[in-house]
Amino acid sequence: MTAVWTSIAVVAVANFVIKAAGPVLLGGRELPRTVVAVIALLGPALLTALVIVGTFSEGSDLRIDAQAAGVAVAGGAFLLRVPMLPAIALGALTAALLRLL
Amino acid sequence: MTPSRTSFRTGLRAGTAIAPAVFLIAVSFGVLARDLGWGIVAPIVASVVVFSGSAQFALAEVLEAGGTAFAAILAAILVNARFAVMGVAVASVFRGGPVRRALEAQTTVDASWALANQGGGRFDRELLMGATLPQYVAWVGGTVVGVFAGDVISDPDALGLDVVFPAFFLYLLLDEVRRGPDYVAAALIAAAIALVLVPFTPPGIPIIAACAGALIALRRREP
Repeated sequence: MTAVWTSIAVVAVANFVIKAAGPVLLGGRELPRTVVAVIALLGPALLTALVIVGTFSEGSDLRIDAQAAGVAVAGGAFLLRVPMLPAIALGALTAALLRLL
Repeated sequence: MTPSRTSFRTGLRAGTAIAPAVFLIAVSFGVLARDLGWGIVAPIVASVVVFSGSAQFALAEVLEAGGTAFAAILAAILVNARFAVMGVAVASVFRGGPVRRALEAQTTVDASWALANQGGGRFDRELLMGATLPQYVAWVGGTVVGVFAGDVISDPDALGLDVVFPAFFLYLLLDEVRRGPDYVAAALIAAAIALVLVPFTPPGIPIIAACAGALIALRRREP
């Protein structure tokens, strides 16, 4: 139990510092144009990584499973201009049904 | 209504739309932590003070596997290191002195950061905060429900809920890559880096390393 409480306390502090570091150290100052250009592309880079890791990784394994099928169905629905929430619901339903099989 | 209040409301609406998924994932965290013998108070405190699904699940999984507190803490910090990069990106929107900026920065979570991203390196402060508020309520509330009444929804995956966040990020990504070829290139490089690293590095590292895809911006702008 001590390990749990210690872990929670340290991670809470670390998380606070990680999130605050950039905003506190950089302040509100304007960044150079090259830096802004890199930051602009952080959006697609980070989102891609979150999608890939969230969809295909299970610890250190890469796998294509019911979850991946669900995300693919949602993605297809987005491309067909289905609104966001119904498309995601369709993806979740796909994964749930595949797991019933 | 002032533009900032409109932004805040837009954020609130977007955050409320994903709150049910956040709630159910938090329920699953509450159930897992209770099963691991964390008791009732510790999981709830964790959600209140850490407020990060990725870090909390990392903690729980390492401790469950018999890892030391040090190993669990390291895993949680690695999976959340991406917030350092995201923090640099949003840094200019926060206001006030160091303490206030540090506190405002705590509203940075994945979904809100992505929603507040206006393209071209600009972010909307009120939208970020508005989107985070309902997620925080859902996260803490879901944990409480999971700890006390976890048996009802013991397996969120059976409902396909693990699809929600990757699909949501994919939706936002499709918006991003429409902005231009550089955006597509950054996404493709990031995908390659993440896929190559997943089998060889601890969780969290592939996501941070994939941010290097954004450096493609330097290629054309160098004189």
